[in-house]
Amino acid sequence: MATPSGRGRSAAARTLWPWRIAVALAAFAPLPCWLRQAMTGHAGPEPGRYLMEHLGKGTLVLLLLTLSLTPLQRLSRWQGFSRIRRQLGLWTFAYALLHLLAYLWFFLGFNAHALLADLSRRPYIMVGMAALAGLTLMAATSHRRAMRRLGKSWKRLHRLVYAVLILGLLHYFWIVRADLGEWAIYALAGLLLLVLRLPPVAKEFSRQGRPPVTDA
Amino acid sequence: MLIRVRRASQARESEVTPETVYRQRRQLMRAGLGLAGASLAGFGWLPASSQAAEWPDVPPGPTPPWLLAKLATTRRKTVVPADPVRDVVTPFGDASQYNNFYEFGSDKDDPARLAGRLKTDPWSIRVDGAVHQSRTFALEDLIGADQLQERIYRLRCVEAWSMVIPWIGIPLASLLGRLQPLASARYVGFQTLQDPAQMPGQASSTGLIDWPYREGLRLDEAMHPLTLLVVGNYGRVLPNQNGAPLRLIVPWKYGFKSIKSIVRISLLEQPPATSWNRLAADEYGFYANVNPKVDHPRWSQATERRLPNSLFHPNIIDTRMFNGYDEVASLYSGMDLRRWY
Repeated sequence: MATPSGRGRSAAARTLWPWRIAVALAAFAPLPCWLRQAMTGHAGPEPGRYLMEHLGKGTLVLLLLTLSLTPLQRLSRWQGFSRIRRQLGLWTFAYALLHLLAYLWFFLGFNAHALLADLSRRPYIMVGMAALAGLTLMAATSHRRAMRRLGKSWKRLHRLVYAVLILGLLHYFWIVRADLGEWAIYALAGLLLLVLRLPPVAKEFSRQGRPPVTDA
Repeated sequence: MLIRVRRASQARESEVTPETVYRQRRQLMRAGLGLAGASLAGFGWLPASSQAAEWPDVPPGPTPPWLLAKLATTRRKTVVPADPVRDVVTPFGDASQYNNFYEFGSDKDDPARLAGRLKTDPWSIRVDGAVHQSRTFALEDLIGADQLQERIYRLRCVEAWSMVIPWIGIPLASLLGRLQPLASARYVGFQTLQDPAQMPGQASSTGLIDWPYREGLRLDEAMHPLTLLVVGNYGRVLPNQNGAPLRLIVPWKYGFKSIKSIVRISLLEQPPATSWNRLAADEYGFYANVNPKVDHPRWSQATERRLPNSLFHPNIIDTRMFNGYDEVASLYSGMDLRRWY
């Protein structure tokens, strides 16, 4: 994993700004499109649900994309992938926050009592909130100062992303009612990205008795 | 004594449009639609009468001739909401585009996109079990000579959204009376068509429902005058995605009890296994009466989102016991409705 350092950024990194802006625009673009659909009657009779579902799936897609950057960089040896990791992580957080907002607004009508009831009784809400809490922690410590201050524990803290992925998939799984097909696609992609983080299985088996080497 | 407190949204009598004015407008619309109807009648699509005029902007659908004739003589509005301000009829476009009909897929717009390939005419229904005589009926013979009735019912989905829909059909009690159930019959079981070639959702390998879809009622529930066997809505033939050509409507129960595209009706001595109950018994009971006090494990049933809603008006209203159809309460007297949810 490329270690981000504050000083001495390469010339290549400096020429990556159009790529980074393009990524930002692409991540932002769905929001006005969905809002327009929802406000002009093109999202069916329940536009709030449309927004909430799209924001939820959008969060998951962004999270999977964020997690695919490191493997992609290793494959391609192109720095561009690691240069957008923080912003994609922050976009994931923003989508998750909007997803929660849509739930509070369109499903609970900002009723605090209903929220407390949901939080105390419904596992899929608890799991979703836990995932959002993880994203919040990572977003709050995503800037350079936090990285410097936390030192080595920064990396440990940001391994939370794997827990967030699993919680997010569980949250979605508990909402499915009749067909697991679409969920399975996200789950397979997530599983693939998690497996890529494991030390090669073959090596693991050949080195009997040795503790697994942590991937960093 | 029941004390009624006026809701803020409730209209006062003084605000009501005088009937004469209302009728003039209806006549104008009828005249306009009559002209359109005359041109469409050539295709055999629109009932010759002004049936559709009551629901303007509702497109006609391909209708078998026997049904065309029966729709024209429908008894209008035999049951309507007591509070038409709260229970405004949902636009046809919403009721026919936002559906749970998992035989066609699990997204709300799948049924409207994919139900077109369902062949609803001719249609036959097998009647068997504890009846005088088991036999297979053509749909027109099952409806028989009964006059169709139009009823405007609230529809409360178990997912906590609701609509208000004008259905057209006959009381199930009328059919059951003709079928002559044996004294041993205690339950009625229903089954939906199973044909993955016509119903792509049934072909999904990741689906969780064990097809065919099955539902059931206690015989006294089935005999209740509110229970309707439906062949149409909004003055027209039932759109495929709404459960054509024959579906059940039990307005005091969650929508999943109101089974669609029925091909089999069985009189039974034991309660039938029902689809959602088999899939998740803790979430979907056999009774599935609308009950704001008994939550679905995954969400509250205390309120519902009345559709259509909008971003700035989520339209969240309180859910009522038995979906507001209090007259069915006596069916369950002495039962613990928390246990028998």
